[in-house]
Amino acid sequence: MASHSLTLAKDGEAPSFYMEEDHHPEGGTMLGFWIYLMSDCLIFAALFATYAVLGRNYAAGPSPKDLFDLPLVALNTSMLLFSSITYGFAMLEMANGKQARMQLWLGVTGLFGLAFIGLELYEFAHLIHEGAGPQRSAFLSSFFTLVGTHGLHVTLGLVWLIVLMVQTEKKGLIPENQRRLQCLSMFWHFLDVIWIGVFTFVYLMGVLQ
Amino acid sequence: MSAASQSAHVADHEEDVKGHGDQSGHGSFKGYVTGFVLSIILTAIPFWLVMGDVLGNDRLTGLVIMGFAVMQIVVHMVYFLHMNTKSEGGWTILALIFTLTLVVITLTGSVWVMYHLNTNMMPMTPASLHQHAH
Repeated sequence: MASHSLTLAKDGEAPSFYMEEDHHPEGGTMLGFWIYLMSDCLIFAALFATYAVLGRNYAAGPSPKDLFDLPLVALNTSMLLFSSITYGFAMLEMANGKQARMQLWLGVTGLFGLAFIGLELYEFAHLIHEGAGPQRSAFLSSFFTLVGTHGLHVTLGLVWLIVLMVQTEKKGLIPENQRRLQCLSMFWHFLDVIWIGVFTFVYLMGVLQ
Repeated sequence: MSAASQSAHVADHEEDVKGHGDQSGHGSFKGYVTGFVLSIILTAIPFWLVMGDVLGNDRLTGLVIMGFAVMQIVVHMVYFLHMNTKSEGGWTILALIFTLTLVVITLTGSVWVMYHLNTNMMPMTPASLHQHAH
């Protein structure tokens, strides 16, 4: 470092230790949003850990084997997976600047997301109706907290999706909207990643016990 | 380092950042379809293994489906989230590695500690006494 500043000083310039050009602002947003997702990941890690610890404390109540309906979970999983690829198609249309087709794919994504939430609410209502609500046992408390938090994320993702569709309709595919849509893309795919953990660890392993 | 080579290095870096900024936002049609097909396969197999009780051994099935989950998470990261070691100059992967370390500590730590607590405390709690009576 010493020789570095000496060389610069010899040329008669002030040593500069940072780049003066603008440093790619979109990149900053993406990295920041990624770090948010990582912190969200830690929230889910804590909830998964809670479920791992409490998941077998049934308090003489029903166990996962009695409650979980795997065909329904498989259907739910496919809804989220379909919504992931349709969002990907929307992003490709965005890259091509085709706004109408992008909106169409976003709409399809929203419908799949809505189907996912609908099926999850149906499952929750069914469990509560059977007397297996969150207050029944530690297992069910941690189950509802983990799966419910994921469902809440998807619900807020849907709200975000609708807001962005309206914004794009009004303002077009301006750089700001593109950036927002890319953030939502990361959020949406991230929720699908979390769901892989949920269906494997909670549903499939739960039925195995 | 001379001033010339330093400015060349800066220009290099600039190009690097820009190139990856463009790349990281959106994948290709082929990439999304590949990821989707792999995900379908990696989802269908665990459901089949559990619902059909194919392996006949719950412990083994559990380990296998966890392996499939890890594979599918990697597929999603690569094909849907467009993760690579170079996006944002390597900062996304660094943040991911740091987070995964914390996740592993949280999960294994909780399970390990609570397992031992449960083992030691089992005869003391009314709930487990109740379970033992069954």
